[in-house]
Amino acid sequence: MPQYTLNVNRKDHVVDVAADTPLLWVLRETLGLTGTKYGCGQGLCGSCTVLMDGEAVRSCSLAVADAAGKSIITIEGIAEEKDHPVVKAWLEEEVSQCGYCQPGQILSAIALLKQKANPTDAEIDEAMSGVLCRCGTYPRIRKAIHRAAQLKGGGQ
Amino acid sequence: MPDVKEKGWRNDAYAKVTGKAKYSDDLKFVNMLHAVPVYSDYVHAKLVQVHTAEAEASPGVVKVLTSRDVPGSNHFGQIIRDFRIFADDKIRYHGDVVAMVVAETRAQALQAAARVRIEAEPLPALLDAEEALRPDAILVHENHGSNIINTHHVRRGDIEKGFAVSELILERVYETQFIEHAYMEPEVSVCLPRPDGVMEVRGSMQHPFSTRRFVATCLGVPLAAVEVVGMPLGGGFGGKDDTAAIVCARTALAARLLNRPVKMAYSREWSIRESYKRHPYRVYYKMGLTRTGEIRAVQCKIIADGGAYCSVTPWVTWRSTVQCCGPYAVEHVHCDTWGVYTNNVVTGAMRGFGSPQMNFVIESIIEEAAAELGLPAIELRRRNMVRQGSVTITGQKLDNHTVSMEQVLDTVFQEIGYEKKLGCCSHGQGDGEELYGIGLAMSYRGVSLGAEGVDFCAAIINVQADGSVILDVGVHENGQGSETAMSLILAQELGIDLDVIHYKRSSTSTIPDSGTTVASRGTIMGGGAVALAARELKLKIAKLFAAELDCAPEEVRFVANQLIGKDEKKSLPFAEAIRRMFQMQQFPYALGVYRAPQVTWDEEIGQGNAYFTWVYGCQAVELTVNKTTGKVKLLNAVACHDVGKAINNTMLVGQFFGGMAMGTGYALHEDLNVVDGKISHGNLNRYHLPRALDLPEMKAVVVENYDAVSPTGAKSIGEPTNEIMAPAIANAIFHATGVRHYKLPIKITAQDSTKGGR
Repeated sequence: MPQYTLNVNRKDHVVDVAADTPLLWVLRETLGLTGTKYGCGQGLCGSCTVLMDGEAVRSCSLAVADAAGKSIITIEGIAEEKDHPVVKAWLEEEVSQCGYCQPGQILSAIALLKQKANPTDAEIDEAMSGVLCRCGTYPRIRKAIHRAAQLKGGGQ
Repeated sequence: MPDVKEKGWRNDAYAKVTGKAKYSDDLKFVNMLHAVPVYSDYVHAKLVQVHTAEAEASPGVVKVLTSRDVPGSNHFGQIIRDFRIFADDKIRYHGDVVAMVVAETRAQALQAAARVRIEAEPLPALLDAEEALRPDAILVHENHGSNIINTHHVRRGDIEKGFAVSELILERVYETQFIEHAYMEPEVSVCLPRPDGVMEVRGSMQHPFSTRRFVATCLGVPLAAVEVVGMPLGGGFGGKDDTAAIVCARTALAARLLNRPVKMAYSREWSIRESYKRHPYRVYYKMGLTRTGEIRAVQCKIIADGGAYCSVTPWVTWRSTVQCCGPYAVEHVHCDTWGVYTNNVVTGAMRGFGSPQMNFVIESIIEEAAAELGLPAIELRRRNMVRQGSVTITGQKLDNHTVSMEQVLDTVFQEIGYEKKLGCCSHGQGDGEELYGIGLAMSYRGVSLGAEGVDFCAAIINVQADGSVILDVGVHENGQGSETAMSLILAQELGIDLDVIHYKRSSTSTIPDSGTTVASRGTIMGGGAVALAARELKLKIAKLFAAELDCAPEEVRFVANQLIGKDEKKSLPFAEAIRRMFQMQQFPYALGVYRAPQVTWDEEIGQGNAYFTWVYGCQAVELTVNKTTGKVKLLNAVACHDVGKAINNTMLVGQFFGGMAMGTGYALHEDLNVVDGKISHGNLNRYHLPRALDLPEMKAVVVENYDAVSPTGAKSIGEPTNEIMAPAIANAIFHATGVRHYKLPIKITAQDSTKGGR
């Protein structure tokens, strides 16, 4: 099997997997990073969202070969950062209910805030529409993104 | 202690936002095998033989299991034992599992699964619930003798007389669809055969005790030889009972036979194919009213498609029957309900549990009746709704709690500005592209199980020598925040800080079987048990230290981590009291049991005190309908529910919004589109789950009429919020377009949106 060097959470990992293995399974099975979740396997629900070079991607439908050489950040990589404003906002607004989709929501929110420092409600709803939440935490997600924007901007 | 009432708090919040929370599929054990299910492509067929040799010879395969390998009973069910661990005599629906492949890796198991050959003789399929009732219908379960799973009735007053005194009689037919729970986490189970002979079961299931029964029956072992341990659950919504429990039973079977840990993780496709759904209903509804708007008579015939197996169809349809007139007191009622077998996908519990279907019917027809009578629909509701001391259609006098139907209706009415906005509705006419409408619906709902079953719950408080507390409760954390709610109740009762309370992850081996976490009963039943346990513990502690505090045991108060005597003259730190209890050979330990007040039920005539208390709710929605595309845009929604007492505001409001979101999907988007017994949407690609873009701005208004029946005063919220969104939307669409819809999900054609105007 081919070897790929994946940069995950700022560390290089050499993995020995088939080229078409979805990144999701490499993260979960090979690297033991189980914070990224399987929801549908077809890029429809967004539970598996991670950042690739700062952009939100669906790791379940991204072949490992296409992720090689890129910088991948998972929820574990975000959690390593002390007081990450999005994580902090998520805690302050008590967003999580069942919590299964939340790693995907958080990474999508981080990608959004990178593009737009202060998104409007409509921009949030649009940008976040790729990550489904059956508990319906959307109103709290919106509040948390506004709060994170405030925290990032140095607000209290 | 955080100001939890205002700000919220969850014991699992940090784990869930950092990816540290371990869900079932995140578990891995040394030497663990992987299992996958094998389906056939039949909807109804006689199963001749399952050829497993080729699959068994595949690389990595350890064993292929079929019904022949089940040491206990291959048949089980909570009501009728018709579920199969593996299909045996017949294949009864497209999601029937015929075999299971167990291999060293999941990939190897998947490869081998394709090599299992199923020999079967196709049979004509029964696909329509009403057809199932015909005497010459195809039988789904021959031994059962008919396709009728169950019937229920309400016989009240004299239906002939009721219609004779009616001046307006409306007859309508309503239909609802199959929908998917669509919990984001598909089913998973991980089972470990322990050296002590106990099978340890973990999995994505919402009912540990129900799962234990399935596993023990399948393995043919006593209940005590199975320990089901709760795991963080990626959503349930009623959907992770029977079929999720069977996933656990099959996994446990493999673990037992092979004596190795086994994991079975479902794909989304398998989850959709196999798991049970919300029942589609066909309802024939006839309502008689006087000219002045008194509902005199209701006759209804309810037919629920139970699919291939019974599951909890009798209970779901019982609630529909008890609540078949909505929150209206009607003198003459004649209701007949059937739950029937078909070869469609199995149906069972889903948030709402037989009420979303009926509320769509009732809250639609009442508006039609009002229009016919030339009365405001709100007025018609007011004239007929239950009030303090009203007698329900099953003969139950509502006098043991605050009947707040009018209060919640008034609150929504005022909050959204209903009257004024009703005057602005388009009724199919208007100059712009968008037609505007507002609509409303309300309900009452029996709390917990009612006459469905025995209803009691346990909680154990085990205070440690250092004053820290282990709390174990017989309800399950499904994602709703029940562990947090239980901890909050305990902190409040014992007057101690939240951070000394550690909620013990549930295990069927440490807490008595307290039933399933269904029927919005978690907070009232679990919380009730916690409160009663705390009160018992307080008395136990107070008896030891009352003399020292110069008062009677009953006078000792537990506040701010202190025991405080009468008139606040003397106090003792809680931790100090606990430390001394151990020296006195006394355990600061209590078992609390909350027994639901007795209910009564006469099944023949459908009369009795069906539920020990009730909740009341009302929701209103504003929307627009595009004249050209028929597209509905939800603008604004207000929901008001009487919850008795709020325990955790953030999570409470979360239940409001989650229920409303799910109700929106039910009203407008979601349909599994079952054709010839097969679900058309294999994955989530064409199954539209609500996103923020599909939802209105939502406002939650919490009413708290403390319920004395509940030890904490709290009642229920999970399901009430979900059961009236669809009719509120249907009514708003009617006010926008002038077109009444009788079928869910509502599909508006361009023609519809312009033909209105009454």
